[in-house]
Amino acid sequence: MKTVEPAPAAASGRQQGPLVGAPAPRPSRRSREWLHGLLMSAPAVAGLIAFVGIPFCYAVVLSFHNVRLGSPLEPTFFGVEQYRRLFTDPDLSGPFLRALLNNLTFAVVVVPLQTGLALGLAILLNRKLKAIGLFRSLFFMPVVFPMALVAVIWRLILARSDQGMLNSALDAVSLGNWGAFDWLGDGLTAMASIIVLSVWQGVGFQMVILLAGLQQIPGELYEAAELDRASRWQQFRHVTLPGIRGTLVFVALLTSVLSFRVFDQVYVLVKGGGLDEDAARTVMYQAVTTAFDQNNIGQASAITVVFFLIVVVLTLIQRRVVRPDNED
Amino acid sequence: MSTLTSGPTGAPLRRPTRAPLRRFLDYAVLSVLAFVFTLPVLYLLLGSLKPSDEVLNGLSGFLPTHLSFDNYAAVLDSLNSDSTGYFWQFMGVSLLLAFVVVTGGLFVNSMAAYGLSRLKWRGREAVFTLVLLLMLVPFESVAVPLFYMFNDQRNTLFIQALPFVANAFSVYQFHTFFRSIPPSIEEAARLDGAGPWRTFFAIIVPMSKPAFASVAILTFLTQWGSFLWPVLMVSDPSVRPLPLEMSVFQGQQPPDWGQILAFGVLLVLPVLIVFAFFQRWFVQGVAGSAVKG
Repeated sequence: MKTVEPAPAAASGRQQGPLVGAPAPRPSRRSREWLHGLLMSAPAVAGLIAFVGIPFCYAVVLSFHNVRLGSPLEPTFFGVEQYRRLFTDPDLSGPFLRALLNNLTFAVVVVPLQTGLALGLAILLNRKLKAIGLFRSLFFMPVVFPMALVAVIWRLILARSDQGMLNSALDAVSLGNWGAFDWLGDGLTAMASIIVLSVWQGVGFQMVILLAGLQQIPGELYEAAELDRASRWQQFRHVTLPGIRGTLVFVALLTSVLSFRVFDQVYVLVKGGGLDEDAARTVMYQAVTTAFDQNNIGQASAITVVFFLIVVVLTLIQRRVVRPDNED
Repeated sequence: MSTLTSGPTGAPLRRPTRAPLRRFLDYAVLSVLAFVFTLPVLYLLLGSLKPSDEVLNGLSGFLPTHLSFDNYAAVLDSLNSDSTGYFWQFMGVSLLLAFVVVTGGLFVNSMAAYGLSRLKWRGREAVFTLVLLLMLVPFESVAVPLFYMFNDQRNTLFIQALPFVANAFSVYQFHTFFRSIPPSIEEAARLDGAGPWRTFFAIIVPMSKPAFASVAILTFLTQWGSFLWPVLMVSDPSVRPLPLEMSVFQGQQPPDWGQILAFGVLLVLPVLIVFAFFQRWFVQGVAGSAVKG
């Protein structure tokens, strides 16, 4: 068994046999590994360059042009006009700045809310109880729901008629004093509704990561704290929090990056669910509708580039903050 | 140091007195929270089994009356012509895309990660840095130029799958995992005459099941719910994946809520099945790459 010939793939270009393998002269193995390493990486790297690298550079190029889909006119060089319009032309900058603001609101509310909820759930679920696995699965379940479906379920829950789930529940609780309210259609609650359904769908994911962080805290630390008569709050404050600080920062920053990418639920609910478009539009929604409904590729590319810059800044902050902690 | 001596004696003394009450409270809190949290799912399930006029009917939408599978039959019935598209076709497209993206992705990305983490060659640092840089680019920010580049490929299966096979984050996850494998394993394989390819496929892949499972599940979840790209690229029902059809189906006038929810259950069922089978792997994988990475 062990003396069979090298595998066909490895045999190509092979000079010295396996016998000399262990103390093999460095240079030849190096050059061989160069070929294998490159061949192994090639498919994935080629795919990434073709479908991420090139389109991204193309986005930058397009954003400096006036390009319209389906237009007989050739694209013309536009300089920074698309960016200038994005920020100063009242017709365009209005919706765009509103979208930026909405994204910001979404992130500012969702990040602490979802991280906090996930932490609370993770602590609750970090017990040795029977059936704890079942509870963990229940809280994780919405994560596997496609957003297109989540949006539909919540469209029904938040339906504006008095037969909507939330409205009729409030009616029952308030003994009939609560009238029907248009949660998705009202400018004040549209974004709040998107936030609620997004947190519902996403919190389980963060919870699982935090749970893993909690389980890495040595149990002796809690025993020691208990001997020192530390209260539950003190244990949380001085053992739990420092123990998962890195994980917590990671989760918060991951959430903030993901929160900037919010699109599916907004699109589904605006197009078919009576969601107030202005109050809920996000940067990605703006980019897609500009490209798709208005056929304005140049403009949409400029939005895309601005969006990318925001995500990069968030990601770089994430690396900065998380790195030093990991190297301890 | 004090924990070693007094830990075992201190803890058991206190536990019995307060354990039952605490445990009861834990269960109570968890049950209430879990109930509230899963209400939307219950609503989906119950609604899919109810006549449509009872779905959007206030709190009685939760009463399990008049349950039947009529909605499911009606969905399959109504999506059964060339003009509406066929349900099995939507499902088939989604399954096919998921299969291609997941298996192709596992193959290509794990191989790249192996080449980048375990083989020593000049330039690999540069290539890996490139992969990390590309990981920073969210798909959303290349969607518009991709849409423009491949505009003449709209409504094909090929363009729906191909951009998602190579995935920088998957490469990174595999990379993290492979780095933790002791080098002695490869040295032993090399002494037995195995080259890098054979070492990878015959030894590394079988021992990396957790990494493969978690990457597979994450890819599957993302691909199954994929929405933005189909919105841009697909209008023809014959190549339309399920989530896009879900949004088309729910936009019908007048909406038939029972059927829409039944459609939703059919949409999420495959993921729930996969999740039920691979849950342990998934949780380990997600948590592992996050905490260690």
